[in-house]
This record gives sequence, C-alpha cells and structure tokens, in this order.
Amino acid sequence: MPERITKLNINGKDVRIDAAADRPLLYVLREDLDLTGSKYGCGEGQCGACTVLADNLAIRSCITPVDSVANKRIVTVEGLERKGKLHPVQQAFLEAGAFQCGFCTPGMIIAAVGLLAKNANPSDNQIRQALNGNICRCGTYPRIVTAVREVSRAD
Amino acid sequence: MPIDSFEPERYELAEPARYKFDLDRRDFFRTLGAGFLVLAVVESIEAQESGGGRGRGGRPPMPQVVGPWLHIGEDGAISAFTGKAEVGQNTRTALTQGVAEELRVPVSSIQLVMADTDRVPYDAGTFGSRSMPDMLPQMRKVGATARELLLDRAAVLLNADRPQLKASDAKITNTATGKSLGYSDLVKGQNVMATAPVGQAQLTPVSDWSVLGTSAAKVDGRAMVTGAHRYSSDQKLPGMLYGCVERSPAMGATLGAVNNTPAEGVVVVRDKDFVGVAAPSSAAARQAAASLKAQWKGGPQSSDNDLFAVLKDTAKPRAESTKGSIDEGLAVADHQLSAIYTVAYIAHAPLEPRAALAQWQDGKLTVWTGTQRPFGVRRELADAFSIPESQVRVIVPDTGSGYGGKHTGETAVEAARLAKQTGKPVKLVWTREEEFSSAYARPAGVIEVRSGVRKDGTLTAWDFHNYNSGGSGIATLYDIPHQRVHFHPSQSPLRQGSYRGLAATANHFAREVHMDEIAHTLGKDPLAFRLANLKDPRLRDVFERAAEAFHWGETSSGSGRGFGFGGGFEKGGYVATFAEVTADTDLKRVRVERVVTAFECGAVVNPDCLRNQVEGGVIMGLGAALFEQLRFENGRVSNARFSRYRVPRFADMPTAIETLLVDRKDLPSAGAGETPIVGIAPALSNALYAATGKRLRSMPLLP
Repeated sequence: MPERITKLNINGKDVRIDAAADRPLLYVLREDLDLTGSKYGCGEGQCGACTVLADNLAIRSCITPVDSVANKRIVTVEGLERKGKLHPVQQAFLEAGAFQCGFCTPGMIIAAVGLLAKNANPSDNQIRQALNGNICRCGTYPRIVTAVREVSRAD
Repeated sequence: MPIDSFEPERYELAEPARYKFDLDRRDFFRTLGAGFLVLAVVESIEAQESGGGRGRGGRPPMPQVVGPWLHIGEDGAISAFTGKAEVGQNTRTALTQGVAEELRVPVSSIQLVMADTDRVPYDAGTFGSRSMPDMLPQMRKVGATARELLLDRAAVLLNADRPQLKASDAKITNTATGKSLGYSDLVKGQNVMATAPVGQAQLTPVSDWSVLGTSAAKVDGRAMVTGAHRYSSDQKLPGMLYGCVERSPAMGATLGAVNNTPAEGVVVVRDKDFVGVAAPSSAAARQAAASLKAQWKGGPQSSDNDLFAVLKDTAKPRAESTKGSIDEGLAVADHQLSAIYTVAYIAHAPLEPRAALAQWQDGKLTVWTGTQRPFGVRRELADAFSIPESQVRVIVPDTGSGYGGKHTGETAVEAARLAKQTGKPVKLVWTREEEFSSAYARPAGVIEVRSGVRKDGTLTAWDFHNYNSGGSGIATLYDIPHQRVHFHPSQSPLRQGSYRGLAATANHFAREVHMDEIAHTLGKDPLAFRLANLKDPRLRDVFERAAEAFHWGETSSGSGRGFGFGGGFEKGGYVATFAEVTADTDLKRVRVERVVTAFECGAVVNPDCLRNQVEGGVIMGLGAALFEQLRFENGRVSNARFSRYRVPRFADMPTAIETLLVDRKDLPSAGAGETPIVGIAPALSNALYAATGKRLRSMPLLP
C-alpha cells in the first residue's frame, strides 16, 4: 500500500492531491479540494451526510480511506449538474420540497442516485431501506420518498 | 420581548458566561483602544436611525425608518434586512414573500440579508415562533411604506393622480396613459426611502394576497440540492487553520497539567480551563489535541439512575396558577385519579454540528457561525474578549438546523480564542460526540397529575405539577373549575435549555395521556370526553377535523392494533395528532402505521412550507416519544453517538402520514416551527395503551 495518494478521479476529472493513504476521503474532498457539498455529520458512517459515489456505489466518505478509492470514479453532489441543468434527482428534491435545512440533502441525493443506478424502479419500501442510513433530522422523510419515486416514474 | 418574559426553561439564556479569557494585557489595551472610535460611530448611527439613544437594557430600539430594513438600488436590486436566522424553518422564504407581496415585486427579485450583525437591525433571536407574528408584519409594513413612497414619486414624475397609479412587477403604471416607470428609475438620485419613517401604509388584505398564502418555492433551494450553499462548517478563508478543543471528561472539571510540546505548525492555546489547538488540517488538529494528554480534576458526578428523585428533591416552587380550590374540586368528584409522568433528557442533534469560523483583523472580530441568536452571540464574544460589541461582527449563513439548540455562542468564542492566539482565521466544527455531550439538552422532568371527575364525565379538579421540565404549554384549555398548575424548577445534573416547543411537549404528554386515562376509567370515548370538557372553538376544530380524516371511532382498538390521539395549544398554534399503531404484547415489535395531524395557526403564509413543518415536527417528535434519551454516568453523556442515540430514520416513518391545514384567513399568522411537535407523544402512548393495555407514562415510551 502506498503511503501517500496523489491522484483521484472526481466528477469526471483527474485531480492531484497529496494525502496520507488512510486519510478519510471526506476530509480530502472538503479541506484539500474545497468540495464542501459532502458534509460531516457524525464521522462514523451513521448519518449519511458524507455520502459519495465510488464507481456508482454509494459510500460513506467519512470512513473511507482515500487509498481504497484511488482507482475509482468518485462522484460528489457537485458533479451531478450537467451544463447548468440539474440532475433529475436534484430537480425532484426541489419539486417535492424534500428538505428543510438542507444539510442532509447532498448525501440524500447521492444515496438516491446510487439506488436508482442499481434499481431504476424501486418500491417505496426499497427506497426506505436503501436510504435508511441517511438521517434527516428535520423529518422530511416522506417527501424524500416522494421525490425518489417521482424520478423513477419519470424515467 | 424583554428577557424576563422568556419562558423559564430557556435555561441557557440565564447561564453565566462560559468564557472570560485572561488575555495578554498589551493585546487587550490595543484592541480596546481601536474599539472606542468605532463604537462611537456606531452608536451615533443608531441614535440617528432611532431618533435617539439606545433602548431599554442597552439594546438598540427597533429602527423606525425604512433604510435599515429595505434598500432599492438604482440598478433595481432590492435588498431587505432582518435579524432572523434561517435554520430550515423557511423563514427566509416566508419573509421574502411578505416583502414581495407589499412591494409588488417578484419573490426572486429580493435578496433577503439575514442575521448579519453589521448589516441588519438588532433582533433578540430566532426562537419562540416569533418570526411570523412579529417579523412578518414588520417586513410587510416596510414593503408597504416603500411602495407608497414609490407611488408618491411616480405621481410627480408621471404627472398623474395617485388613484390612477398601479404598482406591479417592480414598476408603477399610470393606468390612464399606460406609461410606466420602473422602481430603479424612481429611486434614481433619491434617498427618501432611507430616512422615511416606517408608516401605517395599508397592508394588502388577506383576500388580495397573491404572493403570501401561496406555496412559493424555497428561495435558496437550488443551492441546497447542488451543494453550493456554504454552511458555517463549509466556510473557508485563506491561511485558515482548523481548531480542536480538548473537553473535560465530566461536567465542571478543572484543567490540570497539559503536555504542551506541539508538533510543527500546531498552536496550543491554554486559558483558564480552556485548552485547544489550531493546526493546518482537521486531522492534525485532532491528533494534536489528543497528544495534549490534558489532566482534569473534578469532584463526584451524578448519573441518570436517580435522575427523577434528584429533580423532585431539588425542586423549588416558582410559577403557580390557581383557580377555585383543589380540595373542593376533589370533594365533588366521583372519581379521583393520580399519575406520574416523566420525560428524559434529549439532544437536539442538529445534523450540522455547531461550527464557527473566526477572523481577527485590526482588532475587529468577525465570526461566521450557525446560531439562532446572532446578537446574543455577539454579546458573548464581546464579553469573553472584553471588547465592545461594535468590534464584533457575527454572520449566520443559513444553518443546518437548530431546533432551539443553537442559542449560545461557545463554538464561536472557542474559535475566536484560537484565532486570536494564532493570528490566523480558525474554523472549529464540533464533533458529533461534542454535540451530544457539550451542548445543552432538552430538560428532563417529572410531572405529577391528580384529577377529579364526575360520573357523567365532567372534570372538577386538575392538580398539575411539573418538576424541572418547564412551564410552556402547562395551562390546560379544558374547562375545569378547580385548578392548581405549578412549575417547580430543579437543579439539573445536565446542562439544559431550549428545545423546539420547550416544555409544551412534556406538559401535553402528561395532560393528554392523563385525559385518556380518565376517559378509560369512566368507560367513555376519549374524544367525546375531551369535547365535553372543552369550549375553545379553535382547539375543538382541530380535534374534530383530525378525527374525521382519521375515521376515529369507526374501527375498534384491541388485539395488537390501537388508535389514540393528543392535542393542544401553544405559541398561537392549535394541533391535534391521531395515530394508529400495531404492537405485540411485550412491545418488542411496534410500528406506527398512520398519523393524521390537523394544525391551525391563523392565516397560512406558505401552505407547502407549513405542511413540511408540521410533518417534520411530527417525525422529530416521534423520536422523542418512542426512543430518544441522553444517558449519563459520572457526569458524562454515555451515548454520545448516532450509533448509540437513536433518532428517527426512514424505517421509523409512519406508513401513512397526513396533514390537514386549517387556513384561518381571518386571524393573524402565528409560527409553526414548534407546536406541531406536541401531539405525537400522547397520541402514541394512548394508541399503544389501546393496542396492548399497557399504560406508558415515561418518554421515551420504548427505551
């Protein structure tokens, strides 16, 4: 295992970093690359605010050593928008008013994108199960389920 | 609102200052010296704006002219200013709607500057559900005054009679000629608005609302779904260091020896019982803090096993409200009931932990921090560093929730202390563990209720004693001739303070469960029993509407399925929540199947946002009702992690959740961030009793 990681692929681009191999990905994103859309909420993989995609799989970046994703395609919430157009999940969250303070929203949206990559038509139960590791302390869960359901219907 | 009229359970506002630093004397004088000039300038501006002096208690009075509240630029840019903070309750959108409605401009054309102490009028804070009843009318008055001033100006420029002029879409049109002038043209070379008094201009009647009363989309929603919004914890400045504070293992411990041999690039700051570090990365800061190996000294500490006895034993009577005579009320009763209810300490656990970025420049301190009391935090900072408030600026980026938990400024003070020593900006973000163990908790409490009732279901006596949890929502709206209602503050073993709805949750829990107990004792339907003892038309209305939507009484409870409800009034809002649960006999498998809530808070300002608040309140309240509790041993919170402190998740959601909004256009709008939380706990307790025959009198019901 290399001591330091010097390159990551984030949101479709190779970026240079210089991070200890065991440093959690979240802090590399937030502190080194100023990608602050991914949030710190607990540091133990319990709240999902830090969720990013690694090769289309939703992972908790606060407990993911950066070397374990050095060869993967990482997508953060900042990478979802395409040429000024919101990702359908982002658009659905806006339309369903699926947030209050918005702090859980990036992680929720990424987790939902990860779910839909695996299962384009999840049932409400599957949505609830897939997102159960993401906490919304404001309690907008019913709206989030609605938003994700609307995306899968629209496809 | 004067400080002495705050609810007594806002304990955090009465706390002594946590930090008063021993600063280097030279440093101190230099800061103070520079401060005098600026202070003098600010005070003279305040005096001009307010027509003289500072308000009572040293607080600046509310500015009486338009300028501090609203600005229309010659480029047409419209800015409005308020001291309220956005913490997810969507006040930003609602207040923007209010200005847009009166000024006749699109919501999207207004930039609402919130909670920046250098830019907005003084405000006591965002709590008590006061933004809608107080700030919304103020912002509307300001908007209406500006609109009238623009009409005056247009009458001159268009050489028209006022009645011919119509304001709409940021311009004023002469309806006789069709000629119009944009607001940007009308304010060119003019500064009348800045000094014009906020007048008694006609506010748009509710029947004519076209912006208020609509589900305007959250104004900054896009920045939240793209991750572009920068919360306090996302702020960054060039050369910024990351802070970490070493916490004592138990409350009230004093700091002993510290291993002060920092690694390169790390600064250690020790000041009385404060010890923290600043380092180039958060990881380096955490490592440096751990290597301090700080020694703490403290006496014996309490644990939660005897909590309720402690709260009873240390109680002192405070507020008392009596009507009639309890003895008389009990003497004429056919049945007497007594029961004891308890509520645990709970944590706000806002998903964004407390965070602050502090920067000192030329003796002036600027702090970006997530707080509900920017001006209160400015005061705390000024006190901690012995500098005038005019040398401190607090800026609150829209914050990752608060729920009443972000009223104090310790994170801001800590970041500022580190920044002062290092000479660089320092960001401090509390860990989740610090959130759970160093922030104040929602008070625990014991509530004793004794009641008397006649066979026919008429309540005769109500003796209600709340120990420690608080006085909010303690008064009953049921018609009872003989009442004694007491709040007894106690000595709390944990640091405690405000929480969404304050003690209204505890008091409604005890009252509405007790009402259910009386109804079952008499063999009466709990809804019919309540309505027979209730005249208040607004509370009756929400009970009846929710009952109808829930189909109350159409299906019987029993054999593992139960129906129950609870409701009440607080802070201008009326709520009734009905719940259906399924449960096995030993309460190991419990599911909330269905929740119906009716809520009324006057004229609805934004139906979708209101619905969101009601649903959110119910779901947050479900956590406190069923499983949330802070545990502590030897003065230390023992479950300070999301893996050990259970909050509601998707799996806990009711299968169906329905919200009925009662839009009373004839009544002023009240707030809605708090009161919808109070009905769910008694509803679930009563439904679980109906399902299993087990009467649960302690929150959480299923620890």
